[in-house]
Amino acid sequence: MTETATRPEGITPSQTVGPFFAYALTPHAYDFPELVTGNLLAGPDAGEVSGERITITGRLFDAEGNVIPDAMIEIWQADGEGRFAGHDAALSNSAFRGFGRVECEKDGRFTFTTVKPGPLPGPDGGRQAPHVNIGLFARGLLNRLFTRFYFSDDAAAHGGDPVLALVPADQRATLIATRGSDGGKTVYNLDIHLGGGAETVFFEA
Amino acid sequence: MSRIYPIGSLAAHPPSLSPGYKSTVLRTPSRPLIRIPQTMSELSGPVFGHESVGEKDNDLTLQHAGEPLGERIIVSGRVMDEDGRPIPNTLIEVWQANAAGRYVHVVDQHPAPLDPNFSGAGRTVTDENGFYRFVTVKPGAYPWRNHHNAWRPAHIHLSLFGPSFLTRLITQMYFPGDPLFAFDPIFNSITDEKARVRLISKFDLATTEPEWALGYKFDIVLRGREQTPFEDPHHD
Repeated sequence: MTETATRPEGITPSQTVGPFFAYALTPHAYDFPELVTGNLLAGPDAGEVSGERITITGRLFDAEGNVIPDAMIEIWQADGEGRFAGHDAALSNSAFRGFGRVECEKDGRFTFTTVKPGPLPGPDGGRQAPHVNIGLFARGLLNRLFTRFYFSDDAAAHGGDPVLALVPADQRATLIATRGSDGGKTVYNLDIHLGGGAETVFFEA
Repeated sequence: MSRIYPIGSLAAHPPSLSPGYKSTVLRTPSRPLIRIPQTMSELSGPVFGHESVGEKDNDLTLQHAGEPLGERIIVSGRVMDEDGRPIPNTLIEVWQANAAGRYVHVVDQHPAPLDPNFSGAGRTVTDENGFYRFVTVKPGAYPWRNHHNAWRPAHIHLSLFGPSFLTRLITQMYFPGDPLFAFDPIFNSITDEKARVRLISKFDLATTEPEWALGYKFDIVLRGREQTPFEDPHHD
């Protein structure tokens, strides 16, 4: 019997991240070095990253509208030209990793500093509107919750987006971050609701 | 676009609403998940190189001036896909309670002692054959407030990336023979018993180091299959 001859009987199941992840995964308040933060433009060559500089912020709520202070939110996105770090040779030396991670604050708020992604190729030769993938982990979540957000100023492109097309029209607004500004900076706001009247749409793929 | 990762494999995961674990009730969306195509956004994912981890990051007993208290253990295994192919160069992050069952976290109020020589956080990157190894101490069980006299079985939290957004996994590794298994709603949230027991590591004499530390093996299987039809290897 060799190890290579053994086919696994299935994938390893998920378990909750629990309440105590911070000192390993978001350890800014602890003595372990941080590997990933909410600033996707932190590298020394960040000035060369392609795309409009933006802040993404919002708050996370449970089904009764209580804020969730103990969640971890991850984002994964392309740069301003629709390229993914690690998957596009043009970005091999870029400071842009395309991946961010934060823990929510006491009031459920999360904030990322990044660039607005460009449009992306879609299935069957189509095109996807600019979007960012979100992975959500928390005490009480046995599995990662997966959603996406889009940008309010791309409304014209949303009609042709193959993923938004799968979302009932009256729920699409839960996936659209609203463009605004704060002291000259572009800020998109997106609240995430795990339930209740404004429940966010979540995906599987 | 074809579906690269089979969706049926997700049946191994626990249902998101698992009322025995009370925190799931207000944190589970009421509407079913919408199944979307696997596009470039899902089929790509963050890449972390070996430079992401420090030399001592995979030895949780070396991170302070002295040695932590507790039973020294070596946790090792292989990260692979659903066909058993190794997943090389992928980041694993771990965290755990100390030997007394206490986490280094402001919210942990369990009146068990902190250990000045143990933080309980580590990370490593799998080698070219998908192997990983951590040295640590065996975590203690600890109480929580889910129900009267609720105790979590000893466990180590693991966070893995794999090659794409869809292979991301956060899970917990347990220890064989734990008397708390039958009473733990988080462990038992996995309704498929075969999947559930995959979270229990195995004591392993081969990786146990004489007069030093006990070895536990824990292999991890992430989503993903060969695109060509799989030929089952011959078994006797």
